[in-house]
Amino acid sequence: MSARKAADPAAAEWTGPWRRYDIVKEGVVAIVVVAVLTLLLAMLFGSPDDKALTFKGWASSAKDDFYATTVSELAGTSDSAGYGPPYNNASDGLYVGPLRPQKWFGVTHPVDPATDFVITPLQSQEQPAAVAAALKTWLAASADQQTKWATALDDAIAKANGDLSKVGSGDFGPVPTLAQGLTNMAASGALDGVLLSQGKFYQTDYTKQILFLGDGSYLDDAATAAHLQGNTWGMMNETGSYPGQAWLWLYSFWYQLPKFNSSNPNDYLTNNADAVIFYIMAILSIGLLLLPFIPIIRSIPRWIPIHRLIWRDYYRSQRT
Amino acid sequence: MTATLPATGAPETPEGGPESRMWTARLRRAWVSKLPPDKLLPDRQPAYVASWIYVFGVLTIAAFLVVLASGLVLAFTGPAWYHTSSLGHFTNSTHFWSVQLFFVFMVIHLWGKFWMAAWRGRRWLTWLTGGLCFLASLATAFTGYLIQTNFDSQWISFEAKDGLNAVGIGAFFNVANLGQTLLIHACLLPLVVGVITVWHVLLVRRRGVVPPMEAVPPHGAVPVAVPAAVATSGEPTVTSEESGS
Repeated sequence: MSARKAADPAAAEWTGPWRRYDIVKEGVVAIVVVAVLTLLLAMLFGSPDDKALTFKGWASSAKDDFYATTVSELAGTSDSAGYGPPYNNASDGLYVGPLRPQKWFGVTHPVDPATDFVITPLQSQEQPAAVAAALKTWLAASADQQTKWATALDDAIAKANGDLSKVGSGDFGPVPTLAQGLTNMAASGALDGVLLSQGKFYQTDYTKQILFLGDGSYLDDAATAAHLQGNTWGMMNETGSYPGQAWLWLYSFWYQLPKFNSSNPNDYLTNNADAVIFYIMAILSIGLLLLPFIPIIRSIPRWIPIHRLIWRDYYRSQRT
Repeated sequence: MTATLPATGAPETPEGGPESRMWTARLRRAWVSKLPPDKLLPDRQPAYVASWIYVFGVLTIAAFLVVLASGLVLAFTGPAWYHTSSLGHFTNSTHFWSVQLFFVFMVIHLWGKFWMAAWRGRRWLTWLTGGLCFLASLATAFTGYLIQTNFDSQWISFEAKDGLNAVGIGAFFNVANLGQTLLIHACLLPLVVGVITVWHVLLVRRRGVVPPMEAVPPHGAVPVAVPAAVATSGEPTVTSEESGS
């Protein structure tokens, strides 16, 4: 035995009293107990399974929101259109100091919201004459002209607080017809299938659907109603009354701090909260792994004698 | 060149002979010297191993096995089966609750080991593998939530993409790619958690259960083999005196 080993009594072979311990029996009993407990919980409480939202449901129950979102996709003002990597180059993405990995890795899942969410789906189906003509006009126009038309309608909708009945007239070009055409297509259920297949037979990538769905307020409203918003501990909540990912409490905690949850649109920490909090959690995770080497933290168990409860029989026997 | 071996039996590899330098023989020697059978599968533990907190490690492994079993059924039937089948929903419920139990047991186990300062006595690698197992389990659960193919997974993938994209992970791992996430959840991560768990358990077996803080072995005690008293009489507790010290 080396001198170092000898100096650490906790590393030495135990030479005190022993007790019988049937480790195999313990394991088998544990498996049976956990299996029975799981079956009981499953039988008594079931599990959450709220149906997935659809574009059909969105365009049917929140028609104005779907229409306005479609216009924002054409105008390039939606969240997806301005997201940046890995979807497009509209911005550099989030950063912390000199760390800009979002920008460094670039566009790996290209998404062009105007084309992918609106124009291509409309082109994939036979459209009413008005929509077909609007498509032709749109495609024949310059990019500048397209932006002017779509931005004018986007601004008008914003001015009317999303109430389409209050949108005045303007030089919107074919945009209203395109937006109405896509709304009708979505309400019929056709858009769900078109976005899913995207011209292919096999498809398992739902990036475009998720981004489009998130650009409107339909998904957001549903999440708010289900208490799933990040600033209300939603990260660790579950739909219904079921337990969620309680193990994410610390990750969720940071999002509750005003520093990461400010209403100031220019607040650096709030704007880059996703990056900053990820790095904080990464550092804390490394700290967890290396805890035996961190002074003070590793001494806490000595200072707060919970171990006296755990080994109370042993310490009692030492006193007698 | 082929050596002639006895036709029957399994003779010991002669020490110092050419066979003793075989990789297989070396691996066996190294394994047995570090983890002899009585350490690998012990039938006794130090007397201080007498608290309910010790149960949570094995409960975590038991829950992991139930998670694997229910997940295996779901893997065979695909991610959408449980939406339309009552048996599927029940199977999904067992998967859901076994995951909840797994984390409850694991977190209690982790806290227990923290308050025991269980990294003492050159057991830091045991602690580290336990921590790694916890982090790998978080990733496994996260991908599981992403492949529910329901409203919850829509929302989680929409929200989670921002954090992963912000640090560059999103360039390689796309939370909205069901195919990618499903494969990672069902094939890769359970393997990672399983391998780390085995590593962790082997380390526990090799180093033994950490003794109480300030534990002082009886004066004059020496390392002992399995006491005859345990093997023959079956007495639950054997003192160091009885074990020959």
